[in-house]
Amino acid sequence: MSTIDTSRAKPHAASHGHHDESYLASRGSLFSNIWDWCTTVDHKKIGVMYLFAVLILFFIGGLAAILVRLELFEPTRVVGGKVVGSLFQSLTAPEATSTAAGNNWYNRTFTLHGAIMVFMVIVPSVPASLGNFFLPIQIGAKDVAFPRLNLLSWYIYVIGSIFAVLSIILGGVDTGWTFYTPYSTLTDLGFSRVAIMVFAVFVLGFSSILTGLNFVVTVHKLRAPGMGWFDMPLFIWGVYSTAIIQVLATPVIGITLLLLCMERLFRIGIFDPSLGGDPVLYQHFFWFYSHPVVYVMILPGMAIISELIAVHARKRIFGYRAVAFASLGIAAVSFLVWGHHMFTGMGEMASFIFSGLTFLVAIPTAVKVFNWIATLYKGSIAINTPMLYALIFLFLFTIGGLTGLPLATLATDVHLHDSYFVVAHFHYVMMGGTIMAFVGGIHHWWPKMFGKMYAEKPAMVAAILVFIGFNLTFIPQFLMGAQGMPRRYASYVDDFHIYHQLSTYGSFLLLVGFLLHAFVLVHSLVAGKKAPANPWGGLTLEWATDSPPIAHNFHHEPIVTHGPYDYDSVVPPHWDPKDYPLPDQKQVAQIHAGH
Amino acid sequence: MTTLDAHTHNPADPNSPAFARYKHGHHWRSQAEEFDGTKLGFWLFLSTEVLLFAGIFCAYAIFRMLYPEAWAEGSSQLDWRFGGANTIVLLLSSYTMAAAIYSCQTGKFARMRINLLITIACGILFLAIKFLFEYTPKWSGWFFFLDPHLADVHHTKEALGGLFKFVEGYGGKRPGQFFDYPFAKDANIPLWWSVYYCGTALHALHVIIGMILIARVYLKSLKMTYGPTYYTGVEIAGLYWHLVDLIWIFLFPLLYLIH
Ligand code: HEM
Ligand SMILES: [Cu+2]
Repeated sequence: MSTIDTSRAKPHAASHGHHDESYLASRGSLFSNIWDWCTTVDHKKIGVMYLFAVLILFFIGGLAAILVRLELFEPTRVVGGKVVGSLFQSLTAPEATSTAAGNNWYNRTFTLHGAIMVFMVIVPSVPASLGNFFLPIQIGAKDVAFPRLNLLSWYIYVIGSIFAVLSIILGGVDTGWTFYTPYSTLTDLGFSRVAIMVFAVFVLGFSSILTGLNFVVTVHKLRAPGMGWFDMPLFIWGVYSTAIIQVLATPVIGITLLLLCMERLFRIGIFDPSLGGDPVLYQHFFWFYSHPVVYVMILPGMAIISELIAVHARKRIFGYRAVAFASLGIAAVSFLVWGHHMFTGMGEMASFIFSGLTFLVAIPTAVKVFNWIATLYKGSIAINTPMLYALIFLFLFTIGGLTGLPLATLATDVHLHDSYFVVAHFHYVMMGGTIMAFVGGIHHWWPKMFGKMYAEKPAMVAAILVFIGFNLTFIPQFLMGAQGMPRRYASYVDDFHIYHQLSTYGSFLLLVGFLLHAFVLVHSLVAGKKAPANPWGGLTLEWATDSPPIAHNFHHEPIVTHGPYDYDSVVPPHWDPKDYPLPDQKQVAQIHAGH
Repeated sequence: MTTLDAHTHNPADPNSPAFARYKHGHHWRSQAEEFDGTKLGFWLFLSTEVLLFAGIFCAYAIFRMLYPEAWAEGSSQLDWRFGGANTIVLLLSSYTMAAAIYSCQTGKFARMRINLLITIACGILFLAIKFLFEYTPKWSGWFFFLDPHLADVHHTKEALGGLFKFVEGYGGKRPGQFFDYPFAKDANIPLWWSVYYCGTALHALHVIIGMILIARVYLKSLKMTYGPTYYTGVEIAGLYWHLVDLIWIFLFPLLYLIH
């Protein structure tokens, strides 16, 4: 059973022979290969380049997180004043007393962590890497609509990241990733590191806009013949909704950051109250972008989950249309709720309205979660790493979502605002949601991307380590946040000691888990078995081409003849595993048992 | 949906002009689809530009509400004649840009080039008016003509046979911290100038980018890249230029006319 109807397919121009080779095939010398990659307009290579860059930045941001956790291991100063602190101290504030310098160091480290994780890791993670690679293939296109623009946005991303790292090398920024004014316009004027960091984020925004724009046009114009809107895989729906938010929200952060830079350079007073400006205006502008962007972060994660659950439970997605529309619904509502970040700084009426609107997001989100669970029900679930991550996602994301409710409720938010409860909440959503889906997606598509199978068991062990580590890290943060531990402090009262210790241990476990993942994946590249075209028996188009795909994605232009999840109608009741040679015969047996 | 007639020239003929030999990207099914896709993408991009300016307009609206006196005083300090002249220049340039696109589609290449050049000239004229007659006097106090508002103000220096005049205290209408305009009536007037400069400077930057795009089209037109069967680049530069024009059409009354 194949996804493409070859009888009606027309062959591509036969003139370019090497386009039938794997996109990874190397031609010529090492130098010409590197040059090939640097100038490639192939969406698959660009996706891999994004994956590489994002993972490097994830590692840097993760190291910063570990440093933050180390600092918080003791109620008073641990690292800041001593080891790393001395480095920053000499660069930045040599005259400061050691406590002040230590606090300085701490502020810079969590800002570094937050800024990298948000702007350089989680926002581009799924769309720019996996999206770039699989969006065109899943809709049966040869490339994204604007391949050169695609390469350009990778370079813009790298340049933005370099600027951000530069501001760190010059001594770091201590404003927090939100750059709230007037603090961000009044500090550190001699060094302008804030300006460099803000400029970096501005540049990164461009990359995000260009990627989003490219995807929207690709989905609109390049779907294979026969693929209507409701024949698209749900991954496409998620990435498409994300792309719309990226295009519509990012310009607002662009103008905000421009005004912020102007404010720093010329003290123009838009945000500075001493000049008649309004700092809360900055927060409105900032969150008008940043709240929708929260969904830029989570929607692609949800999109991956839909794929993982359908493929690894081998079932038609329950309520396909509802899930698809829920993506659009979330995208729409995301623009209406930004005010919930300013309950403590706005009028009552406005807070009341924003609180009400915030609850609306729960509806499309719940639609998705319930549909995934309904899909799992009586599915022939294969417990492997991607499925494990889908389950982890469901667990963690649900906690993250539910803990958002007390934050959206005015009365409780007054107590919880800017406490560790918030820190735990957004980590459950962003990391427990998106990063988990991202890692799951990487495993799901790894055989397709690189043509190699990874070792399933160690990967599952790593996933379990990550799961335990994650909860150990962030559950104590809920508890101490509810008891009043404020965020962004380097020192704290002894009552919170045990929670912070547990949290730090959890972060070590996370680190171990992720390193094990990295090892497993790298190992598979070197020594993994060759992956078959369709190791999981998926029905979406990417599984209908070689692993790794050829340069033009398909040998023939695909014509779609069935839906992405038509397992019940496409896969015969007594499905022959030879059609989808699974690497592990035990899994085959499992799937059979389910039927 | 636009249809493109790709059959008027023989694409294989090496002597036919470049636009006739244009081959669409291999991932598009046809040139018409490529054209549509590119336009859709560019419209999306234009919507991001509008949103970028929306930030400025928001700031304008909020501070206008908070400090109506400052806004009234500020806009009465702007000379609507320069703003009006700029509006006319831009409208004219939008017309010539549209004419350039039309000439390209109908194969009148000389006319197309002339129209492109006029458009660029209009852009230069716009910037010249902006910088010489508006920004410079407000920063320094030196200016060309006698402003009616300054009839009762004492001139202190003259240069170039009276063509340039310097008025003490006229300059200093700078934004925020740099503001030092001694006879300002409202305490929040620096904020008005901040919004004025941010808005108009961002717009001027877009004028410059638009001019670069059009210059690129002009250079390519010398190589016959564009013609009746392929004019995506011209169309896009035109769309951008119209947007620049449109934003000015909003900025002009808001800043100059509503006191
Ligand atoms: C490796 C596991 C991680 C650990 C141990 C960790 C730890 C922390 C801690 C302790 C804070 C609080 C700093 C403070 O407010 O004083 C924090 C803040 C933050 N983290 Fe993480 N984090 C991790 C992963 C992530 C990931 C994957 C993301 C996003 C994708 C992320 C995004 C953020 C953001 C946005 C903040 C807010 C920074 C701020 O308050 O300005 N973190 N993290
Ligand atoms: Cu929010």
